[in-house]
Order: sequence, then structure tokens, then C-alpha cells
Amino acid sequence: MENKQLMMGNEAIARGLVESGCAMATSYPGTPASEILSSVAALEREFRTGMHVQWAVNEKVALEIAYAGCQAGLRTAVSMKQVGLNVALDPLMSAAYMGTKGGFIVISADDPGPHSSQTEQDSRLMAMAARIPVLDPDSPRQAREMIEPAFRISEAFGIPVMLRPTTRVCHARQDVASGVIVDLKRRPAFEKDPARWAATPKFRLKLHGDLERKLSEIAAHAPTAPVKLNAGPKRRARAVVASGVAAAHLKEIASDPDLTDRFDLYQVLQPFPLHAEFIEEMGRYDAVLVIEETEPVIEMQLADRNRVQGKLFGPVPRVGELLPEGIESIVKGFCKMPSNLRTAPAGGRRPTLCAGCPHRASFFAIRKAAPRGIYTGDIGCYTLGLNLGAVDTVLCMGAAISQAAGFYHAYKHTEKPPDIVAAIGDSTFFHAGVPALIDAKVQNAGFVLMILDNRTTAMTGGQPTPAASFGATGNPLSPVAIEPLVNGCGVEFCRTVDPYQVNETIEALKQALEFCRTRGPAVVVARRSCLLERGPEAKAERIGIPVIVSDACDGCGYCIKHFECPALVMSGNRVSIDPAVCTQCGVCLNVCPKNCICPA
Amino acid sequence: MDRSTDQQIIVSGLGGQGVLLVSRILAESAILKGFPVLTSEDHGMAQRGGTVVSHIKAGRFSSPLIRPEQACGMIVLAPENLPLHQHFVGPGGWMAVNGTASGENYPDRNLFAVDADALCRKIGQPRAMNLVMLGFVLGKSDWNEFAPSFFCNMAEVCAAVRERFPEKVSASAIPALECGYEAATGG
Repeated sequence: MENKQLMMGNEAIARGLVESGCAMATSYPGTPASEILSSVAALEREFRTGMHVQWAVNEKVALEIAYAGCQAGLRTAVSMKQVGLNVALDPLMSAAYMGTKGGFIVISADDPGPHSSQTEQDSRLMAMAARIPVLDPDSPRQAREMIEPAFRISEAFGIPVMLRPTTRVCHARQDVASGVIVDLKRRPAFEKDPARWAATPKFRLKLHGDLERKLSEIAAHAPTAPVKLNAGPKRRARAVVASGVAAAHLKEIASDPDLTDRFDLYQVLQPFPLHAEFIEEMGRYDAVLVIEETEPVIEMQLADRNRVQGKLFGPVPRVGELLPEGIESIVKGFCKMPSNLRTAPAGGRRPTLCAGCPHRASFFAIRKAAPRGIYTGDIGCYTLGLNLGAVDTVLCMGAAISQAAGFYHAYKHTEKPPDIVAAIGDSTFFHAGVPALIDAKVQNAGFVLMILDNRTTAMTGGQPTPAASFGATGNPLSPVAIEPLVNGCGVEFCRTVDPYQVNETIEALKQALEFCRTRGPAVVVARRSCLLERGPEAKAERIGIPVIVSDACDGCGYCIKHFECPALVMSGNRVSIDPAVCTQCGVCLNVCPKNCICPA
Repeated sequence: MDRSTDQQIIVSGLGGQGVLLVSRILAESAILKGFPVLTSEDHGMAQRGGTVVSHIKAGRFSSPLIRPEQACGMIVLAPENLPLHQHFVGPGGWMAVNGTASGENYPDRNLFAVDADALCRKIGQPRAMNLVMLGFVLGKSDWNEFAPSFFCNMAEVCAAVRERFPEKVSASAIPALECGYEAATGG
């Protein structure tokens, strides 16, 4: 039997990188991309190829580190989620002009839906804007198989190449045959060439010309040309063109007995630049239907607008994930067949913070200390503080701090400015919070910043932050502590609390609020390990305070509404504790207005 | 499509209940039998106690997602999800539900209900409800209580668990699978 392993899409991508001799891999975690780098790290631990594997402080830094590796002639890759690409766009736009020496792959994982993101943006459109080719895999298997051709394009044409998987590729699992781990035995060899690597605007014009020439050649590159997936009808009447997971759905739909050979089905592997010959070929059909996620990238490049249907003109929805049942209905309509779209009922339970999560205690304290405040939030598990009424805004990574400053400036000339409390996680603070805090200090913006330090990047699966003393492969590193960093930003009020000590935390927040009214930003660090962490620090912190709900409970539901701990459940006309879920953190002892939650 | 080998199965539950482990075990079982397999999972924000659903497709498929009425069966770890996800299961399909559920609203499907929460507590593994449910379905399948039967049987699933998962997982998983299996077969 062939050596087939069950691999998540992200593991398959990692496998592809290691099998292609990738020498440096960097990333910042973000769903749905996180497991790419952790899988590379697992392979490096197993095979010890000497690869540099690291979580960087943010996506921009990650991209710049990996890019330098390719300037030195090595094969390198950077992975991130789609909104991470926004952060990394500055170096990417410039790197596209300068090009590559060793192969360089930018993996940007999109999240149509969105399932776990702020936007449904299409990284292929960003590749188009940066003028770099992008490959769009339909499955874990194809994602792995695209890595080597991506490195080859990058090296043959001297250009960064994007791989754009989506959630349904990243988080699908499939039986994937694994190949041999290759050591290319390349030595780093950076050749100085200032006209290229440090180009001034005059040279940039030439580089831009070079870039456009590369793209027109890549639009004729045979290995990534579109493929025809079915025999199709005798006459060229209708073509359906798909890429990514939409193509995977279509392969299956096109084999339904009533749809067999109703149209020619094409899969685009490289949505940008679209192959010139293919564009011409599509002009020979009476009608072309394009199905892609999430922006009309292929559709825009097909010249003859009268024959082309898709998202710009036609039946394909512009928002949301394209589910196979929706595609089936669109394709049947395109073939003038009756279809009844069966839609799924809406509903379901919303996510919530885990039982015993230290963030819940922090948010409870924020509500108590500044009951009528404006609460700016950020990206991470603690976005779920909005369930508790303790998060009013979520914009993007790091924005809790700059938005708090913005609200301060907006309100500062009013009679009674509101209290403003920003909440940001430890990893997010390092990622994009530090420049914002410097700005707030310089501008003397009066608000309290609570840094929710659970010693990990929890939402994405527990990747180490710069304050951890280890890296992606478990390798020892030199940590950077949060408090000295806060002090280094010039902030004069910085207090560290254990959020489980609810009253002390409320007190610290009140003092911070007092301070910030006259003396600029104040910081409270709420430090307690995520309960999903298994390290020695986390274990040492565990406490056990069993609680009960007394008979005096009248079932008012205050604790469930305002604290929302999954261990507090309404049974009959009163609240009880679910012992299977309760972590015995004891925080809820502070919650019941009638003191009905008591120590057991 | 040959429904005795090409099968599509939904596993529905809440984040933290172990939907992912059940789908991984089924996928590994398919691979051990030499079937191609594709699954789709919910991650990230969806995992924090929210509704989660896994799609498992064993056989000749290319899409990771199941279309409505194409699933031959569904394992429901949280009974509140039944109305949300029942549309995946086609006429004649089976739905195995943890807790109390009635087949009245779903006359064209076979509904089996079992209190897996109670069963896993009985064997001292309060977190193993997911595997009790999987064992329960395998029991119903092996005793031909629905057709076509599951693409793998109890022995094959246990073999996959032993071979593809760490000892620590298999040591507790097998008794939970057996517990559910016995509940289904009345043994």
C-alpha cells in the first residue's frame, strides 16, 4: 500500500515545504493558517534538517525575515491568515519589484464565510495588486503538490509567489501520500546589487518594467495552465470555470447523472496572471460561468463581458462562502435546468470564553471599575468579551489602544468625558500594540489599557508569544517581558494583578482610571495562564476553590447573563454548578448580587 | 455512487465535545480500509463552546463538504443541533442522537437516541461521550439496524484507534467505544 497519511490541509502544505527544501519558514498565527507553521515545526523536530522555523512578532516582520532568506539564495516561505497579509503588504509590494533569488512563497489563507476573521477579503486580489502570481489549491493534496511548482516559478522568474488556500483547504483532512524530505544543501550567498536590493525610485521604474515582463511570461507558463476536468458536450456551448475549493465542489457536482456533459468544466490553478491562451479560448464559448471565492479575480480578467457570468454580472453571490448546494443551484440555472436550492436553517450556539477563563474575570472587573465606560477591544479569544458587554469595538490587531486614544481625543473637550478601558491580549500587544501605546503616551491620552496576559496566543491554538522563553520547535529563546516594555514606552502607571483576585483587580483598575484622568495612559497587566496551557507555570498557578449555589438562589439569572460561565447552568427555577465543566476558579463567588454562590 | 463504500457522514456537536476526534477516527478507519477520505472541520472562533460540525466523506469524492440530503447518516453529540443539521441527512438515512430525541418530526429517517452522557459517567469517563456515541452507531450498524451499513465496523475502528493514535488515547477510547457498542446491541 502507498504510504498515505491523514493530513490536514495545513499539514500537507507544511509537508510540501519541507519536501521542497524550504530552509526558512516564518509566520504569525491566525485562523485558518496557524497549523502550517506548527506542522513545519513538528517536521523539523522529527527530521532535523536545520531549517529556521519561527513565530514572528507580526506578519510584516515574518515576511521580511523570510524574504531576506530568499535574497540570500535559499528557498523560504512565510504563512499567515488573509488579514495578516494586510500587515505584511508593505514589504510584499516592494519585494515584488525587487524579486527573488531563492524561491519565496507567501502563503495567505483566506476565510470565506467568514468563519473566524474580520473580513472575507480575497488574497488573490492582493496578489494582483502586488503584481505577483498566485496559486489556488482545491484540496490538501493539491496544496502540497503546488509547493514545488510555486518554488520553481519563483526561481525561474525571480518573483515572489503566493499560495492562497481557503479555510476549506486548510482545515480539510485528506489521505495524502508523503514524499521524501529533501536537503538542497544550499549555502546562503547574498550578492550585493544595490541597484536592485536597495533600489532608489529611478531604478524602481526599471524594476516595475521587469515585473510586468515577468508576469506576461508567467501568463504562458505551461505547468500552471488551467486544466479541463471533464469530457464535456460535443459542441462548445457552455463553459464553467472554477478555482480553489469551488473547483473541488464542481468536480463532484459535474458528475451528478443529470449534469454529466452539460458543460465543459475548467479548473484555474493560477488565477493571476490568468493564462493568455485560456482567456482567448474562453472567447469561443457562447456562455462562460465563473465560480470563485471571494472576489471576481478570474472573471475580471476574462475580456468578453457579454458572454461571461459570475459575481460582477450574474448569479454568483458576492458575499459569503460558496457552499456546494449553492453552486449546484447556480450551475443548474446556467444549464437552464430547474433547481431547488435547499438552504440550511440559521441558528446555533454562539462561542463563549471557557469555564474558568481568566479573561472572564478581567472583563467582570472592567465592568465593575468603569460601569459606564467605553470599552475598546481587540483580536483574540477575548473578543468574546462582547458577550459580557465589556467589548464595544473590534477593528483589527492592536486597534484597542489607538481607538482608546481616539475616543479620548474625541471626548476630551466635553464636560464629563467617559472612562475608557482598552483590552488587548499579550500576543496582540506585541504584534501591533506597542507603537500605539507609544503614541498614546506622547499625546497624553487618558485611558486605561488592560493587557490580558494569558502567556500564550490562545485563540489560534497556543503558540508562544515573545514573552515565552521558547520558540516554534520548543527551542530556547530570550524572552521580552511586558512590564519593562510598557515602562519603556514611557507609561508611568503599570500594575500587575492576578485576575482571579477580583477585588484587587477592580481596585487596580480604579487607581489606573484615577491616574489616567490627568497623567496619560495607565496600564494594568492581568496575568494568569490560559487554562488550555499545560506548561509548569500554568500548572503551578492552578487553584481549587469548589463552589456551591445556596438554596437562597431565586433563579434571577444575573450570573448567567453577566458572567456567562459555561459551568453555571439554569436547572429548573434556580442556578446550579455543572461539576464536569467547573474549574474551581472561585471567581463566581464575587458575582451573585444576593451572595448565593458560596464556597463549598 | 455506491453507497456501501462511498459514504458521507455528519458529526454535529458543540466546541469541546470531541467532534474532531470522532471525525479523525472515522477518517483514519477509512484510510486503513484503503478508501480515499476527505473531512472538513470547524476551528478557531467556532471552537469555544459554539456549534461545530464535521463532514466526513469516505470514498470517491472531491469536495470536502456534504450537500443537503446527501449524508447517509449523522452523529449528533448535542441534541439541540438536531434541527440545525438534520437537513444534511437524506431519506432513509440514520441519525444517532445523544440524549432524548423523538423521530416524530423526521418520519423518513431512522432516529436512534441514547443517553451517552449517563453511559460515559457510568464507566468513569465523563469526557468520553463522543466515543460512546461512535460505539453506539457502530453497534447499530453491525447489527444491521440501518442500511447500508457503516463503511467500517467496530473491529476496524478499534484497530484504527490502536494503530493511529497514541497509547494514552486508545487506552481510554476503546472502553468508551465498547460501552456505546454494548448499549446499541443490548449486550
